[in-house]
Amino acid sequence: MSRTLTIDPVTRIEGHAKITIQLDEAGQVRDAHFHVTQVRGFEKFVEGRPFQEMPSLMARICGICPVSHLMASAKACDMIMAVHIRHTAAMLRRIMNMAQIMQSHALSYFYLSAPDLLLGMDAPPEQRNIFGLLEADPEMARAGVKLRATGQKIIEILGGKRIHPAWVVAGGVASPLTEEKRAEILALLPDALVLAQQAFERFAPSLERFQAEIESFANFPTLFMGLCSKQNTLEFLNGDLCVIGPNFEPLERTSNAEDYDELIGEAVLPYSYLKSPYYKPLGYPAGVYRVGPLARLNIVERPGTPMADRAFAEWHKVDRQSSFHYHLARLIEIIYCIERIGELLHEPDIMNANVRSHAPVNRAQGVGISEAPRGTLIHHYGVDDDGLMTYANLIIATGHNNPAMDRGVLQVAQRFVKGDELQEGMLNRVEAVIRAYDPCLSCSTHAAGQMPMQIELLSAEGDVLSRVARG
Amino acid sequence: MNSNVVTLSINGKEVSGRDDETILELALENGIQIPRLCYLEGLSIVGACRLCMVEVLGAKGLIAACATRITEGMVVQTDSERLAEYRRSILEMLFAEGFHVCSVCVANGHCELQTQAAHAGIDHIDLPYLYPRRKVDASHRLFGLDANRCILCTRCVRVCSEIEGARTWSVSGRGIEAHIISDFATPWGESTTCTSCGKCVQVCPTGALFMKGASTAELEKRTDFLSWITAMREQR
Repeated sequence: MSRTLTIDPVTRIEGHAKITIQLDEAGQVRDAHFHVTQVRGFEKFVEGRPFQEMPSLMARICGICPVSHLMASAKACDMIMAVHIRHTAAMLRRIMNMAQIMQSHALSYFYLSAPDLLLGMDAPPEQRNIFGLLEADPEMARAGVKLRATGQKIIEILGGKRIHPAWVVAGGVASPLTEEKRAEILALLPDALVLAQQAFERFAPSLERFQAEIESFANFPTLFMGLCSKQNTLEFLNGDLCVIGPNFEPLERTSNAEDYDELIGEAVLPYSYLKSPYYKPLGYPAGVYRVGPLARLNIVERPGTPMADRAFAEWHKVDRQSSFHYHLARLIEIIYCIERIGELLHEPDIMNANVRSHAPVNRAQGVGISEAPRGTLIHHYGVDDDGLMTYANLIIATGHNNPAMDRGVLQVAQRFVKGDELQEGMLNRVEAVIRAYDPCLSCSTHAAGQMPMQIELLSAEGDVLSRVARG
Repeated sequence: MNSNVVTLSINGKEVSGRDDETILELALENGIQIPRLCYLEGLSIVGACRLCMVEVLGAKGLIAACATRITEGMVVQTDSERLAEYRRSILEMLFAEGFHVCSVCVANGHCELQTQAAHAGIDHIDLPYLYPRRKVDASHRLFGLDANRCILCTRCVRVCSEIEGARTWSVSGRGIEAHIISDFATPWGESTTCTSCGKCVQVCPTGALFMKGASTAELEKRTDFLSWITAMREQR
């Protein structure tokens, strides 16, 4: 008899989702899917609001990545005003965006995934969490807390508060940097850099222990998409939008944000609220691509800062198609962000007081693209002559990865799920493949809440044969 | 104009004032704060918001402090559990009737409605929200009107008529349908009477009238110009 296993909800991720695994008569995995079970509707309820309100409104999509939404939104507003923002404002936005990436990566790696990586995929679930980590390796847990706090602190210093700062505005930023703030941020960086480097040095050599996971955690050829600087180094805010092929060959490169519409199509699948984007020229599903740290490091020639560049040497040794390496990529990016924030704070123009441009509505459309921790984030707005929103389309980083997560679930289930006996470690690996992407589902469907998890075993007729729940 | 000095008690304190003064004016002179939203020094009095209601010994009901003159021997209480409850109810109704999202409002942190709510200790609203779908008028080159945040205090109507003399603003509709209009309900940007002086924006107690381009929590309003203008006019 064929059966379906349902993991609902998936734990230690941000948002609500479930996984279903279909077994055939022999108990082998036939199919598996990742379902996002929440819906939010930001695109609809912003209609009629003044566009200048959008950065603050859009930041409310997420408490983890408000800054990412602020960035993409403010960029879309800049385009509606048809202004090139001041160089200093662009640098200040970059610093806040990197602080955001740093804190979110620290959350993903240390809080959500390190319990699997350090304690093992088969460790008892009651230990596989940040508290278990704190008991087993207090140093590492502390490093994670410290790194996250540093990123949050930088956001607070710049924007006045850690979550939903209103400092990033249409036309630049609300206030310039002060000497005190600059000194305060610079003082935070050395310790953070040491912790990030230590985490990297510790994780990189341990990769051989995860050979089976590396082989099966969404390890298949796809395209990759992300922003990249003119020098082919990491750039999270103002780079060119690049798409590369499965063999890392360049397919597309554009500096015009409005081109996104030509590049990305969105497929709607019956089993998920989350749309499945694909690279338009190749169609669906051939045009499935991945975004985020894995994609970004696959696109660039090197990160672009000394220590991150050194760490990047390890990157070429790993199987870069495996989504397991999102973890390694995250650690390299944390190092990069800390170094780059330091570099920008030493730029001669960073203290310039002109950080805001003012203009009325000069264009009916605006597209803002930024790199959120989880990948490319696109905000596209339409406004009327008075600047009131008529249209919003958001393509969220997690959304881009939806088709790859879906396929990844099938691959890992085929490798680890055997027969109809449900075991914790087996289920945890199915969840862990999702965790590798660090999805933020509340963002991607524009919903709220936490994500516990449940697996159901269904007969071919749809009857529940067994259920494992946790969270 | 002749006026007599009268003596009365406010919150148990003996105070004196001219008999052409209101309870609110005398209270403020004596450092006693009474919650208010529609009252603004320099504008005429409408007694619309009812937040300044006080208890007067011997009076049948509650009295609006902004619209009641003081009399000899009056015993006034500006603060009591009963008054606090009434004021909370009024504020709750204002929040439930409009669409006030402080977190993304230009006036966040500088809003009189928000400040009054904080003073009244409001941390939630028991009444069901009406979630009205009111339009934003952003047709003016410099300013915008978000009717969702309007509490119908009519300060804009009064300042435009009494101080600027343009009479651009008025109230249309009745009861729950009442709303502010410019000219004959034409878009603000097409108004032939508006002088774009911005006084209405400055006196608006919430983020309903705002400067375009202002971001969240950026709009600090100034009403001190009113007393200067009125003082200068009186001297002339």
